[in-house]
Amino acid sequence: MATSDNNRRKFIATTLQSVGLTALGGLLWSGYSDEVKASALVLRPPGAIKEEDFLKACIKCGLCAEACQNRETNIDRHTGLSKAGTLQMAKGGDHQLIGTPFFVPTEVPCYMCEDIPCVPVCPSGALDQLSVSNEAGELDINKSRMGLAVVHKESCIAFWGIQCDACYRACPLLGEAITIEMHRNERTGKHTFMLPIVHDTVCTGCGLCEAACVTEKPAIFVLPNEIAKGVAGDHYVKGWDKADEARIENAKAEETVTELSKEGTAAGYLNSGDLY
Amino acid sequence: MKNIKYLLLRRVTQIGILLLYFGANAYGWSILSGTFGSSLLFGSVPLADPYTTLQVLATGFVLGSDVLLGAAIITLFYFVVGGRAFCSWICPINMVTDLANWLRRKLQLDKEQTTHRFLKRKARYWIMVLGLIVSAVVGIAAFEVLSPITIMQRGIIFGFGAGVSVVIAIFLFDLFGVKNGWCGHLCPLGASYSLIGKASLIRVDHDHEACTNCMKCKVVCPESHVLHMVNKESIMVTDGECTNCGRCIDVCGDDALKFSIRNYLKKEQ
Ligand code: SF4
Ligand code: SF4
Ligand code: SF4
Ligand code: SF4
Ligand code: SF4
Repeated sequence: MATSDNNRRKFIATTLQSVGLTALGGLLWSGYSDEVKASALVLRPPGAIKEEDFLKACIKCGLCAEACQNRETNIDRHTGLSKAGTLQMAKGGDHQLIGTPFFVPTEVPCYMCEDIPCVPVCPSGALDQLSVSNEAGELDINKSRMGLAVVHKESCIAFWGIQCDACYRACPLLGEAITIEMHRNERTGKHTFMLPIVHDTVCTGCGLCEAACVTEKPAIFVLPNEIAKGVAGDHYVKGWDKADEARIENAKAEETVTELSKEGTAAGYLNSGDLY
Repeated sequence: MKNIKYLLLRRVTQIGILLLYFGANAYGWSILSGTFGSSLLFGSVPLADPYTTLQVLATGFVLGSDVLLGAAIITLFYFVVGGRAFCSWICPINMVTDLANWLRRKLQLDKEQTTHRFLKRKARYWIMVLGLIVSAVVGIAAFEVLSPITIMQRGIIFGFGAGVSVVIAIFLFDLFGVKNGWCGHLCPLGASYSLIGKASLIRVDHDHEACTNCMKCKVVCPESHVLHMVNKESIMVTDGECTNCGRCIDVCGDDALKFSIRNYLKKEQ
């Protein structure tokens, strides 16, 4: 009897221990995993789905990076050897979710290959071929939105009045993704500012401009879309723009009742004459 | 030569496979490209690791059919060749932990084999399930965040970076910490292949008549408990934790162990 009691106590103790250790491990593991996916400053390959889903989907096979590395256009014309590819697979110390593909424009930008070798090879759906295809179903790299180029005008020497259009000329979509805006230079009275302006409806975020920028640290750089872009919200509508009005077609007016408004509508209160 | 036949074959396979993966990136070979998570064989046949696939599915992401098909092909393959054949014939970490284990024997570090109260061989199954739960809760494939297996493989293909520390940690843990600590107690990937191995066709067969009870096999086996039948019964090693490494067959001087095919039609004695 005593031994069976002992055994039971031992069993309960080991079970508790297992459960406790499992819970501890689970908590540590969750905490760590949550931490490592936190880095938002990352540029993904063309066609990458929303970052949050990308982190779930990418199975870390590296097929995209291998396709980029071995694409025909990656051969150095002088040596005949292949150069470093655009896409890197995150390793320890890169501070990105380990094993996922990303690129750093100042190291190697994306050359916006017409045949986009990196996308169709993705087996998981982390890179969505449809998002970089046109209506006819053909691959169209201009549709990719890896990020958005942003100009820091204080360090861009074109904004100082010095002539530079390096980014403009580097852009595969020059004249569309980057345009040059002319302004008279009042300081000298006889020169023109030639300012690079990026248009987010066209810019793919390839980073060729960032790689080409002549300043010590690029004055034009690509940021992930979620970081580079603001959101005006639904209550600001371009009344003069049919497309923008369509955005709020299904919006419902929501009426809230407060201490002040419960007596009547705001309009009624404003028109009641009490104001004067 | 006889007592390292399978060992040699395994090393050739392991290194050969890594070379193919390496060449796919470095030279554009298309025999075997990708990584264990998901690969392409001959540029067309998809392969995918079942446990990695399950982790991604657990996050709630609806995976592409290539990965699902790939996972089915791999499951079927290891159902034939023995689940943890992945461990001993493919996985690069196996070379690290085998080296640690060999050094342990040479340095006589495991003279007194202690039972580790906190670390049981069953722990890996808990970790395997936990990995799926954490994947679901956090929304990323949780084991892939720290898997030394793919970190080492990607290290070889794309460059190591700081990832090499994980591999060194495993080596030190197995050498100075727990005997067979990683592969035999913790690795959830090995655990998932153990489950496939439970039903696998190719298994080690023991001939109790020929056995002289020298116990060399049990000394060399990384999962020695699976050899419980040695010198007792003439049955097969049916435990999924056997890695089909063939070391026991190599070291057996009496031909009492050999690879054989499990016969499901014949009633198991
Ligand atoms: S489109 Fe960009 S990322 Fe893709 S293969 Fe070409 S250079 Fe590499
Ligand atoms: S091909 Fe797709 S799943 Fe594989 S690493 Fe690239 S993005 Fe991830
Ligand atoms: S990132 Fe720069 S170079 Fe690329 S499309 Fe945008 S503006 Fe042009
Ligand atoms: S147990 Fe894990 S690390 Fe060890 S050989 Fe198997 S898969 Fe590789
Ligand atoms: S029983 Fe033999 S084949 Fe199986 S793991 Fe042990 S030594 Fe390897």
